[in-house]
Amino acid sequence: MRPGEAAAPDRDFVLRMHRTMLRIRIAEEQIADLVEAGEVKCPCHLYIGQEGIAAGACAALRRNDYVWGGHRSHGHYLAKGGDMKGMMAEVFGKATGCSSGRGGSMHLFAPEVGILGTVPLVAATIPLAVGSALASKVSGDGKVSVSFFGDGATEEGHFHESVNLAAVYKLPVLFVCENNFYSSHLGLLERRAADNIFKAGEAHGVPGLAIDGNDAIGVHRAAEEAVRRARRGEGPTLLECRTYRWRGHVGPSWDTDVGVKRKDELKDWLPKDPVARSASWLLERGVAKAALDALEREVRAEVEEAVAFARASPYPGEEELCTHVFHGENGGA
Amino acid sequence: MRSLTYARAIREAFAQLLASDPRVFVIGQGLWSPWYVGSSMESLDVEFGRSRVIDSPVSENATTGAAVGAALAGMRPIVVHPRMDFMVLAIDPIINQAANWSYMFAGKASAPVVVRSIINRGGEQAAQHSQALQAFFLHVPGVKVVMPATPYDAKGLLAAAVRDGNPVLYIDDRWLYQETGGVPEELYEVPIGKAALRREGRDVTVVATSFMAAQAVVAAGALARRGVDAEVIDLRSVKPWDKELVLESVRKTGRLLVADAAWATGGVAAEVIASVACEAADSLVARPARVCLPDAPAPMSASLEKVYYPRSETIARAVENMLCLKEASCPTGSRS
Ligand SMILES: Cc1ncc(C[n+]2csc(CCOP(=O)(O)OP(=O)(O)O)c2C)c(N)n1
Ligand SMILES: [Mg+2]
Repeated sequence: MRPGEAAAPDRDFVLRMHRTMLRIRIAEEQIADLVEAGEVKCPCHLYIGQEGIAAGACAALRRNDYVWGGHRSHGHYLAKGGDMKGMMAEVFGKATGCSSGRGGSMHLFAPEVGILGTVPLVAATIPLAVGSALASKVSGDGKVSVSFFGDGATEEGHFHESVNLAAVYKLPVLFVCENNFYSSHLGLLERRAADNIFKAGEAHGVPGLAIDGNDAIGVHRAAEEAVRRARRGEGPTLLECRTYRWRGHVGPSWDTDVGVKRKDELKDWLPKDPVARSASWLLERGVAKAALDALEREVRAEVEEAVAFARASPYPGEEELCTHVFHGENGGA
Repeated sequence: MRSLTYARAIREAFAQLLASDPRVFVIGQGLWSPWYVGSSMESLDVEFGRSRVIDSPVSENATTGAAVGAALAGMRPIVVHPRMDFMVLAIDPIINQAANWSYMFAGKASAPVVVRSIINRGGEQAAQHSQALQAFFLHVPGVKVVMPATPYDAKGLLAAAVRDGNPVLYIDDRWLYQETGGVPEELYEVPIGKAALRREGRDVTVVATSFMAAQAVVAAGALARRGVDAEVIDLRSVKPWDKELVLESVRKTGRLLVADAAWATGGVAAEVIASVACEAADSLVARPARVCLPDAPAPMSASLEKVYYPRSETIARAVENMLCLKEASCPTGSRS
């Protein structure tokens, strides 16, 4: 295969990405129900509709590559291999959660699979991803860092400073902008003069591409090329993945329920469902419907088990309130 | 007098300031949203147009810098940060620029900008969506800081802030939005730097800010039923703050407790107690005390949130300890 030429995706590989997307979708639908029922109370920003990006990009990574995220990061955490039970317990605020009940949905953590942190201050982790890439360059450990962030995050200086910094030092980092066309209640063109986020790459002297974020296979292909570049020491890439969030900005409701009127866009985006898309790709290539159904049942069972685990887990004790303000106190990590 | 909620009082102040002064405009995130900043900005964009009520990109630094620049060019802008945590991204225009401007140019110019930020905590939002950072700004000369606790002050302090001529941080608290109280219909100013005596008492002076001032009034009611007569001072402005009123009260009661729902270290309570210690230590018959947050970031889990945030009972308990009403907790040497 010549450089730039896409290999035909392997069926088992696509099946794995499909499974990743299903895990995200089903876990989040479960979380939506739990919020609705009042059982989960922390703010949960659902990723439903955007699964193709996390699944595609993370499929291009090694287990020890780094991933950073934001407020809407259940998908990044799961796609990179974060533990389902740890996430579910965290969303419940339980001591067994991945952040020991300190963070909830907006603060996920799984360093064992390279998730160094997802935190809700918009754009905050973009420079941190540049930092882990800098660490890799200085130490020569060969790892790649991925920063996931939204279209809104590109409005912060953090984004532009970070792309420039990574460009000038040729750091092994991927900037994955998930352009879902909204930042809370405001549409993209109410916040910027042109729909051209990917051009920030070119402006900073690095490749910038706009791609279909609802096509996991395409996202994977673009990410793989960017990862290859990064590992070769050729520096960062900006991928603008165009997608749409189905639910409201935060919580399980749909936007209209909270008084935000988006244009009539959702009906155009629902048929572009990334999960349905990979399912039909697989069916067309001879995977049996029964096999996909079995996969879905398996994922449902995993999610249910995680919810049961979260419910049964204890809350952090009051004595935990002031522990770990400084690392190394109270028994270290 | 007609009664309004705290949130409605803020909205009314915005509306009347926009209506009465063409130099006033508002910029910040969430201003066109039906839910972002509660009902405190509801439909102002419809009433005054989106060129004067500007919902912005996620660009705290640029919007705040732009507000400072517009102020230097003769306008009276108000920039809104729906959470104080987000305002941290805009520290440079506030501290390095606006706060220093008058001094740097020998009073020939000033940045009459109002930076409104909202304390929005609880609800399992955790460390980055819960902070009360008034202490940062207390430290810096050249910027005023107000923290209204009642609907009346919420309206009057916003008007005073806009008309002050200096950079003013206006900090309101989502936990107060449903509080109701009398609010005059016309626009009026509550003087910056003047505290409000919320309750007279002889036994102890409770100085409090914002939500804790409201809680202190509740605590004083509970204490009265137990025979303790607490004086409650709502600071309203934390910079400059009303030292005279506090000193006068402490000279009368001999006891001082300061309640501020932020970290204790280097905060409002520390400043008030240090000043009293410097100027009226001999009036004190008990060690002063602080009711603040523990020196830890905000947790997420409900089990930890419950013990993290002080409430009226926390204040009442601290006063009882100070008065040695509970023997076990009485520190040696503090009995009057
Ligand atoms: C610094 C900062 N400013 C504002 C916010 C409030 N906020 C939370 S999520 C969000 C929307 C961000 O939009 P985008 O980056 O497109 O991500 P999306 O929600 O669409 O996934 C905003 C403005 C924040 N969390 N942090
Ligand atoms: Mg977005």
